[in-house]
Amino acid sequence: MLSSFFIQTLNGLASASTLFLVAVGLSLIFGVTRIVNFAHGALYMLGLYAAYSLIERLGVTPLGFWGGIAGAALAVAVVGALIEMLILRRIYHVPELFQLLATFALTLVIKDAVLWAWGAEDLLGPRAPGLRGSVELFGKPFPQYDLALIAIGPAVLGALWLLLNRTRWGTLVRAATQDREMVGALGVNQKWLFTGVFALGAFLAGLGGALQIPREPAQLFLDLAAISDAFVVVVVGGLGSIPGAFLAAVIIGLIKAYCVGVGTVELFGTTFAFSKLTLVAEFIVMAIVLVLRPQGLLGRPHGLQRVAAAHVEQPLRPAGRALRSAAIVGLAALAALPLATTGYTLVLMIDILVFALFAASLHFLMGPGGMVSFGHAAYLGLGAYGAGLLLKAAGWPMEAALIAAPLVAAAGAAVFGWFCVRLSGVYLAMLTLAFAQIAWSIVFQWDAFTGGSNGIVGVWPAPWLAPRPAYYLLALALCGGAIWLLRRMLFAPFGYALRAGRDSPLRADAIGIDVRRVQWAGFVVAGACAGLAGGLYAFSKGSISPDSTMAVSRSIDALVMVLLGGVQTLSGPVVGAALFTWLQDLVARGTDYWRAVLGGAILVLVLAFPQGIVGALRAWSGAREQR
Amino acid sequence: MSAVLVVSRLAKSFGGVHAVREVSFELAAGELLALIGPNGAGKTTCFNMLNGQLAADGGSVRFEGRELLGLAPRAVWRLGVGRTFQITATFASMTVRENVQMALVSHRRRLREWWRPTARLYREEADRLLGRVGMLEQAGRACSVLAYGDLKRVELAVALANEPRLLLMDEPTAGMAPQERIALMALTAEIVRERRIAVLFTEHDMDVVFAHADRIIVLNRGRLIAAGAPAEVRASAQVQQVYLGSRGAH
Repeated sequence: MLSSFFIQTLNGLASASTLFLVAVGLSLIFGVTRIVNFAHGALYMLGLYAAYSLIERLGVTPLGFWGGIAGAALAVAVVGALIEMLILRRIYHVPELFQLLATFALTLVIKDAVLWAWGAEDLLGPRAPGLRGSVELFGKPFPQYDLALIAIGPAVLGALWLLLNRTRWGTLVRAATQDREMVGALGVNQKWLFTGVFALGAFLAGLGGALQIPREPAQLFLDLAAISDAFVVVVVGGLGSIPGAFLAAVIIGLIKAYCVGVGTVELFGTTFAFSKLTLVAEFIVMAIVLVLRPQGLLGRPHGLQRVAAAHVEQPLRPAGRALRSAAIVGLAALAALPLATTGYTLVLMIDILVFALFAASLHFLMGPGGMVSFGHAAYLGLGAYGAGLLLKAAGWPMEAALIAAPLVAAAGAAVFGWFCVRLSGVYLAMLTLAFAQIAWSIVFQWDAFTGGSNGIVGVWPAPWLAPRPAYYLLALALCGGAIWLLRRMLFAPFGYALRAGRDSPLRADAIGIDVRRVQWAGFVVAGACAGLAGGLYAFSKGSISPDSTMAVSRSIDALVMVLLGGVQTLSGPVVGAALFTWLQDLVARGTDYWRAVLGGAILVLVLAFPQGIVGALRAWSGAREQR
Repeated sequence: MSAVLVVSRLAKSFGGVHAVREVSFELAAGELLALIGPNGAGKTTCFNMLNGQLAADGGSVRFEGRELLGLAPRAVWRLGVGRTFQITATFASMTVRENVQMALVSHRRRLREWWRPTARLYREEADRLLGRVGMLEQAGRACSVLAYGDLKRVELAVALANEPRLLLMDEPTAGMAPQERIALMALTAEIVRERRIAVLFTEHDMDVVFAHADRIIVLNRGRLIAAGAPAEVRASAQVQQVYLGSRGAH
């Protein structure tokens, strides 16, 4: 018992080293550039693939192996420097949300580049020459390579400490972390400082990836897995704190290892599979830390951060007569569509309606509410699974299950939102991501109840709604109605109170508005609408899986739709959702590399139209009116 | 004349530094009381304890007999205490009128309504308040495009929306041109006298203080060192020693 505890401790420390390498780079980059680099996981993955190819070419000798790992890390550092010079350098002044999106777009591009260069097969690398065996520790065998890994973490921590505290460059990095403007004012060339820090961060991520080569195969999903882990470590440790990243990596590495070690336990007559809790455990740690100590274990307190508004928003104007007539004509045309076609167009239109509601609900939260969610898919998924399980497991009629979908999602949003409204800015965005990952992990791992990764099949609508035109009209009525309701709310006192809390929490409090409570209510409303979209989605597809409803990429889709249309417009999300869904359908059928195309499109959007399409159109027409 | 606000033995320290020590004073309806003192005297600390933004270490603050300490700012406001900020805080994405309407909607406890458009609620009432502070012509403009002096007027209208019996004004004329300061303070004095609102304000500009305050209290290093009519305070040797020496700076 005791010996297995020690072994699990060593296992935990070995994975802590890898976690630390990835997280510390992310933390360094954030400290200096204030960019949360979503692409960090992709750089980690790139390091693993590069090491595989380099070692294959150099030969599995000690020199070839370690040379390959060093070469891979350096190659990733070069990629990082190029990314910084070509893209990030242009977006330091744009709001954080756009930076996050741009780096997420890079993730997509890198993923497809890796797919193109290495293919979709898992690649298992060689074991380290000289460290292939295991040693006897506490009466059990323990891999030699993992012992080396345990030593590498603290070694890198020490090297970084020396670099930052004993060199002039390190002093500049520390100074820039504390006060960027001041360092600029002192005449330091910030451009090269930023490039250097980004390259160093990328090097560490690449090294973390390359060192994994004997332990796990190179796979395409590693980017998102690594970035989720790194987010958790950095947030738990405190953004920008290097010792914090180490401490958090050790804590999380150990907790995960103990969860595996405990295995399956009988408690009060029920079996708990702790080994399946690993994914959930780290996010629970993060949620607890964020609520009790929002700045992280070793981070400094941070002021209010705002993510959303790029420019000062204009007051809301009720729709004029022209816009109203246009909306009525448009709705009438949409209602008449089944007369013209019953084919694939209707399927696509149902998707567009569902995602228009999904995007509108996210917009409600991040625009007027000022709370950017990176995990909005959680509520889409809760609605979809709520409806699916009530239909299949509880045997409810389809109509009742669909009505319950928004209620299930609203309940989830009430729980998650209670924590989230206590934070703001990047931390809020990360907590929403964490909750979405928790929801995803539970659905993914709870085979017996949710069907695990296979999901639920046979989620079909009632017979009278089964014909495609009937279901389309149902989706049109429900999505149109819900979007209209969201709009009414925005013009009503509730929506005004939400915007008041975003514009000036101080003033809102001073005129009797309970800002957190209003935001919480906003969270629940947005969750309910996303849940309705999820319910409609489930019955339109007939089957649901964790990846089609709850994955991070779904959340990002919604963000892109909102930003595509423009955060500061009410019609933006609908336009953005329509365009995005249509384009995705078009591109995904035409190429295997739709992710890269999407990523490229996001980058263009962020670099060229930070106000979104509707925002840009409005600015353009405004400029014309003034002429 | 009974006191609207009774502050007794209010205290606050930050890590061993006594920012406010045993401060006591009273304020009557319709009275303008200026709280002055050199930088670091504890004015803002004192102020933030009164309005609920900062927790006090000890003492009591009674408004119409009810204890304010321990209440959140929004609860203090609900009791009938209005306030303005040193750096104006308004809702930038709303029009001037909507800012006032928002306070009226909150005052009437209709924040939870989610159907009727806000624009139609208490419009005339908002316009009356804006008219009183001379901002009616700009009622339809966005707050984000207003001049700073006009924002101060909007804040005054917002602060009047809940028919307060007590108004807390932190540096009401900070950041304004000298001419505007006199005008804004004259307007404030006129309004609060006609509505018999008690006003506590902090102020750096001694011209404003001596022109409009009914009474003055002076803080230095967290202690109340003088209180009385402007003439008395002006004559106090202690005040001259610790405070008026810095008058030349303004």
